[in-house]
Amino acid sequence: MPFLFLDRLTKHFGAHVAVDGLSLAVEQGEFVALLGPSGCGKTTTLQMIAGFAAPTSGAITLEGKDLLAVRPSQRGLGIVFQSYALFPHMTAAENVAFGLEMQGVGRDERLKRVTETLALVGLSAFAERYPRKMSGGQQQRVALARALVIRPRILLLDEPLSNLDAKLREEMQIELRQIQRTVGTTTILVTHDQAEAMALSDRIVVMNQGRVEQIGPPHETYERPATPFVASFLGKTNQLEAEISGDGGGAVLRGEGPGASWPVAPHFSGRVVLSVRPEKIGFGPAADGGLPGTVRTRIFQGNHWLYQIDTAGGVVTVIRQNSGESMPAEGEAVSLVWNAADMSVRAGGASA
Amino acid sequence: MSAAVPSRAGPDEGRASLAPYLLSLPAFLLFVGIVFIPIVMTVLLSFHDWGQYKGIEPVFILKNWREVWSDGYFHEMFARTFRIAVAVTLLSAALGAPEAYILNRMRSPWRGIFLLVILGPLLISVVARTLGWALLFGGNSGVVNKALMSLGVISGPIPFMFTETGVIVALTHVLMPYMVLSVWAALQRLDPQVENAAASLGASQLTILRRIVLPQVTPGVLSGAIIVFALAASAFATPAIIGGRRLKVASTLAYDEFLNTLNWPLGAAVATLLLIALIVIIVGSNRLVERRYGEKLR
Repeated sequence: MPFLFLDRLTKHFGAHVAVDGLSLAVEQGEFVALLGPSGCGKTTTLQMIAGFAAPTSGAITLEGKDLLAVRPSQRGLGIVFQSYALFPHMTAAENVAFGLEMQGVGRDERLKRVTETLALVGLSAFAERYPRKMSGGQQQRVALARALVIRPRILLLDEPLSNLDAKLREEMQIELRQIQRTVGTTTILVTHDQAEAMALSDRIVVMNQGRVEQIGPPHETYERPATPFVASFLGKTNQLEAEISGDGGGAVLRGEGPGASWPVAPHFSGRVVLSVRPEKIGFGPAADGGLPGTVRTRIFQGNHWLYQIDTAGGVVTVIRQNSGESMPAEGEAVSLVWNAADMSVRAGGASA
Repeated sequence: MSAAVPSRAGPDEGRASLAPYLLSLPAFLLFVGIVFIPIVMTVLLSFHDWGQYKGIEPVFILKNWREVWSDGYFHEMFARTFRIAVAVTLLSAALGAPEAYILNRMRSPWRGIFLLVILGPLLISVVARTLGWALLFGGNSGVVNKALMSLGVISGPIPFMFTETGVIVALTHVLMPYMVLSVWAALQRLDPQVENAAASLGASQLTILRRIVLPQVTPGVLSGAIIVFALAASAFATPAIIGGRRLKVASTLAYDEFLNTLNWPLGAAVATLLLIALIVIIVGSNRLVERRYGEKLR
């Protein structure tokens, strides 16, 4: 029996199906991210675990016991809300102490644990401050400390970093990961930010329109997306329509001009769609049999170059590391090459 | 370079700082004309002399003030005025704050409907509203009194007309909207997730209300209380109709001095004293609210 088990969890809002038969097993100590665009049901799922929304059907068990039968206030879960939802009339220390007070923890023990937890999130110097006098990052840490201090069975994070600016968000990602490793609390993160999900979690659950698209470790999910949705949502991807040519069984790009061909698995036939990540594409010598194209735009982004290349199969995005070498300029003819192993193939017609 | 900046900015700043004053001049003149000057004249009037046959004499004496200060009749009037105002304030806080909380949690069509119900008393003429109360409670034939008596709950009718109870009930009815709106405004600034956060930390519904919601809406309750208190203490129409001539408060007393006894200077003294008392109480409690909650909730 897994630590936390969501069994065919479904939630309807009138005719709208917010979550559609979601099943997920989470092991103790694991960090799982629910990732998807807004309206995909990830927040509703979190609210059902927290007890703020009742599922239409399905079950949730925690350590083998039915969680749905327990009132939200008795579930013993730590929640960090998107808005932080700090108590504005209490100091940071009072905010953190509130949950312990509710548990009836004695005064000395309470003080000790509040001090410890504030130290864990690096806020020892701000214990007596009111939330309104703190920065967004500090409020975020108070919210995290308040959720962690009660030693929750599960930590639920609802878009915890979305209100922070980009630089701070990156710092907090690293810190959040370290804190989670230190305390070892089973954590479920809800986010629409794929970078955040990949940076923090052990496993990613990609959701779309209430359904699970793919569950897997970040690297694997990124490298081998199970569905076109995952491929386009998790990072950027180029999709090229191709046709299986009769001779040799390779895929040939449709369109005019000389096509390039790549070997594909023998069970494909007819029309296929090739997906390849922008950073997996390199520039080869023009005569070397790659996909020929012309540089439409070239954008310098510090650590990398972002290219848009016009090819017979459409516009292809290419990302190249800035290694200091000279790179093709706009209007130049190039040849795009990539390893067949970096490419995924699926059967698809014109509509796919 | 740095020395040149202030000298160049000087005239610009001068013009810019004058503009707000010029723009607010019309409103300021209107305020002076219809509020400030009449009040000053009322204050001056309170120091004039008055006699049954000689009328108002423009002299400077303390006769009226001495009379108001020493006569037990006036003490009773002012004590009653503030007793009623305090009772109305407490009642509307006790009823209005929960009302606002419930209103805030209502869903779309009901919220609008009940907001209208709450604002209702403000939309109805004071005469119609007060007569309604009289029909419900007044005399032996009042609906409520009749019902309670025939049920055997009370033996005689609850006196309503010409009593403090009647004035308090009717004033609470009409002033409640101010409390509800003030508390509601405070509730709307509340992060809706805060209650969920407290629940997830193990707080019961009652604890959430007491420890999380109430402290955050207290400034709203207090500012609502200031409005209700000021309006209750200076209310005229409701005490005049329900209290009548038998149960006077400061405002009806001033009215009587002006229009029945024709002792304008004495009426002016009563009105001025009411104004001063109200200003002292309101400014004082406002200070208290600001000092207590200014740092935390702003």
